[in-house]
Amino acid sequence: MARVVVDPVTRIEGHLRIEAQVDGGKVSDAWSSGTMFRGIELIVRNRDPREVWLWTQRICAVCTMVHALASVRAVENALDIEVPNNARLVRNIIAASQYIQDHVVHFYHLHALDWVDVTGALKADPAKTSQLAQSISEWPKSSTVYFKGVQDRVKRLVESRQLSLFTSGYWGHPAYRLPPEADLMAVAHYLEALEFQRDFIRIHAVLGGKNPHLQTFLVGGMTTSLDLNEPQAPLNPERIDFLVQVAQSAKTFVDQVLIPDVLAVAGFYTDWFSQGKGPGNFMSYGGFPQGSIKDTSTYFLPRGIILNDDISKVHPVDPSKVAEYVTHSWYEYTSGDQVALPPAEGQTNPKYSGPKPPFEFLDVEQKYTWLKAPRYDDQVMEVGPLSRMLVAYASGNAEVKTAVDGVLTHFKAPPTALFSTLGRIAARALETQLLSNHIVGWIEELRENMHSGDLAIHNGEKWDPNTWPSTARGYGLFEAPRGSLGHWVEIEGQTVKNYQCVVPTTWNAGPRDAKGQRGPYETALLNTPVADPERPLEILRTVHSFDPCLACAVHVVDARGRTQAREEI
Amino acid sequence: MSLNEPLPEALEARGISRRKFVEFCTAMVAALALPDRYLGAVMKALESTEKPVLVWLEFQDCAGNTESMLRSADPPVADVLLELLSWEYHETIMAGAGKQAEAVLKRVVAENAGKYIAVVEGAIPTADDGVYCTIGGRTALDIAREVCTHAAATIAVGACAWDGGLVRANPNPTGAVGLQEVVPGIKVVNLGGCPHNVANTAAVLVHYLTFHEMPPLDQYNRPLFAYGELIHDQCERRAHYDAGEFVEEWGDEGSRKGWCLYKMGCKGPDATYNCPTVRWNSGTSWPVKSGHGCIACASHRFWDVMSPFYKPLPKVPGFGVDVDAEEIGWGVVGGVAVLTAAHAVGSALRPKEEPPKDDDQA
Repeated sequence: MARVVVDPVTRIEGHLRIEAQVDGGKVSDAWSSGTMFRGIELIVRNRDPREVWLWTQRICAVCTMVHALASVRAVENALDIEVPNNARLVRNIIAASQYIQDHVVHFYHLHALDWVDVTGALKADPAKTSQLAQSISEWPKSSTVYFKGVQDRVKRLVESRQLSLFTSGYWGHPAYRLPPEADLMAVAHYLEALEFQRDFIRIHAVLGGKNPHLQTFLVGGMTTSLDLNEPQAPLNPERIDFLVQVAQSAKTFVDQVLIPDVLAVAGFYTDWFSQGKGPGNFMSYGGFPQGSIKDTSTYFLPRGIILNDDISKVHPVDPSKVAEYVTHSWYEYTSGDQVALPPAEGQTNPKYSGPKPPFEFLDVEQKYTWLKAPRYDDQVMEVGPLSRMLVAYASGNAEVKTAVDGVLTHFKAPPTALFSTLGRIAARALETQLLSNHIVGWIEELRENMHSGDLAIHNGEKWDPNTWPSTARGYGLFEAPRGSLGHWVEIEGQTVKNYQCVVPTTWNAGPRDAKGQRGPYETALLNTPVADPERPLEILRTVHSFDPCLACAVHVVDARGRTQAREEI
Repeated sequence: MSLNEPLPEALEARGISRRKFVEFCTAMVAALALPDRYLGAVMKALESTEKPVLVWLEFQDCAGNTESMLRSADPPVADVLLELLSWEYHETIMAGAGKQAEAVLKRVVAENAGKYIAVVEGAIPTADDGVYCTIGGRTALDIAREVCTHAAATIAVGACAWDGGLVRANPNPTGAVGLQEVVPGIKVVNLGGCPHNVANTAAVLVHYLTFHEMPPLDQYNRPLFAYGELIHDQCERRAHYDAGEFVEEWGDEGSRKGWCLYKMGCKGPDATYNCPTVRWNSGTSWPVKSGHGCIACASHRFWDVMSPFYKPLPKVPGFGVDVDAEEIGWGVVGGVAVLTAAHAVGSALRPKEEPPKDDDQA
């Protein structure tokens, strides 16, 4: 029996600690802890609601833009503002490109090293690697000479005895199973993906001014004006053309590199279709509205909930059923630890009661994390690409059904295989492909509107705060790459009175609740094999399958009702 | 030639004397038009076959500076992470976790003391003994002090590591501060920005690797080549400002023609950074070009000082814009006047002033 501690969990965003009880070579229990807190909801109080999106976007930059969009939607919801069609398109294109870039980076740069032994690449035969690559894809960078070049690069790194990022790896761990040629191919694509994500994200620079932290959102629309004739317009024929070219190259990369790699790697680890099973409840707020945001029937990805692994039935989502516990979290509720509070009446007073640093173990029977425990109707919910793909599948989306069934057929696996570590990886890859199939079409819609003279990009009817009611409340929902995101705002006297976020990784990485129900990570880690407690690679595999983002997950809500004067500096 | 053999030894083994090696380096210095004092640096660079080690620490951060780093085009990001330096500790991208990660940091601090580069991202909480950020059971405060004290050079990337950034904005619930405030004994180079622009950071790293010193810095220890000019003086919309052509409403004709965003709250006249010149994401765009004003994200304590972001800057001498001064409640309006008055007579003569004292909230 051993208590294994992984802190820092690396190749995630933010600060996560996992403590796992390992008995007989398997995880018998696990606790997930967020170890960093900032208090951003408190910081945005008394600010101008029109600019709060700039502030909340800094909750996270791996998931850049997601909080900006949820924020403007919350204020638009509170003030009843509908954005013009072009703004909807620009937001959808920004969101879709965020998904694509984020998911590619996740697979190669955050997750791949759990499955790929970089040192295995040294033993590969470049000619056989070329054969392997060409047998699974038309991607042109696949020659023997090319793979020899990559191998030489790794060789030089290893011979210099300074392995840079790869220094600390688990090379040689018995849980690695790829043949050397697959290792070499994956390393080559890891390097290519680094350059791809940088080049692809120029879409965000055009539509957002810069990445990370885009700067073109507005309550009421976007700043990216379109004009057929103006050289200096943020969007004109040349800029649109650029966007199309970049988006098309992304589709090629996803089709010819990401998807074949995911299938190839997964093929050597099919037992991981039986590992990492979560709570079995999946939620998606739905996304990519094709019409008014109020009409969820137009959403490209549907809204819904699946319960108890039953994909024959999709349940509706009622945001008022979202509530958060702090039973095992370092916060106090005036109503005590046994009660969950909905974000609209949220209350969070940070109160650290963990061990005094430096510490060796958390007291997991008491409060042990900065994350709260969100629940929907008192049920544990998993969120993220797997949830979205399952809800879409169960809702009868033909494109998703074809893609998912294709993967299941490829692996000769039943649908239950999806409820697993590999299921999450497969879903993330399929979702990336789905969006890369559609993003060009959305850009072309912008081009058509520009051509036809529909240039509206911002609804300014309520830009002036004097047009607002004295109080207003609203919420904005957005399916971020990692899952269901919601921002709740209360406006009074033209400033933010109260602001709350319930964030994807909080759903997934949160702790037990008052009933002792484990959070999704904690459930998914149960029965994970651990060959060597000193090198817990297998634990990383399942945790990484959720694509953790801890800066997002930790948030503070303070409804103490203090109105503070802004500090004079 | 084995990689592990220093160049002078390798040359010697082939009959090329050390005197000839020094002559070679001298010729190189001349060819590169470097001052003579760089001979030592060039020799050292060629003599050593070891890459400098870099460790990157993240504290109360959003990983924006990490993400910005990953957008490096010049040099390409893979070269930066693998060959330019030995990038051995960086929680977002390193191979190992937990004990393996901690062991790397410990080894670097012990075995490379005085030789490694430390990069820090994120603010550091000081309230309640720093419990608001722990890694491996240790506080950020503790880790920062240990790692930065033994570094050859320390770089703070992004607003939060410089001056506490967003985390420190009122009411600063965690007593967050910037790196320099918790390791006062060392000189920290501050690459402000929210986040820093990798075009500048990569240049700073290459400069440091070449010359073993940082480029010239301003009063905030920010490199002049990136922070020495006002945004306003580099902006491609400046001609519209001078001609009195302003965007009046979002999405109006002016916004389609790329007119000046001053009236929409642009802080360019008071912001120091080089976004209009190097731009973002392989030189593709920057906020103003995409239609939104600058928020002065590389300025000191900008979150509290430069907001509200949609309120136009007040009329001060040197502006020449017919906008009524409004009551703004900013304590540094005097500072703004100084800067813009200097700008009116030539910004090269901007006075070197002491940075404002940071009042602690916590």
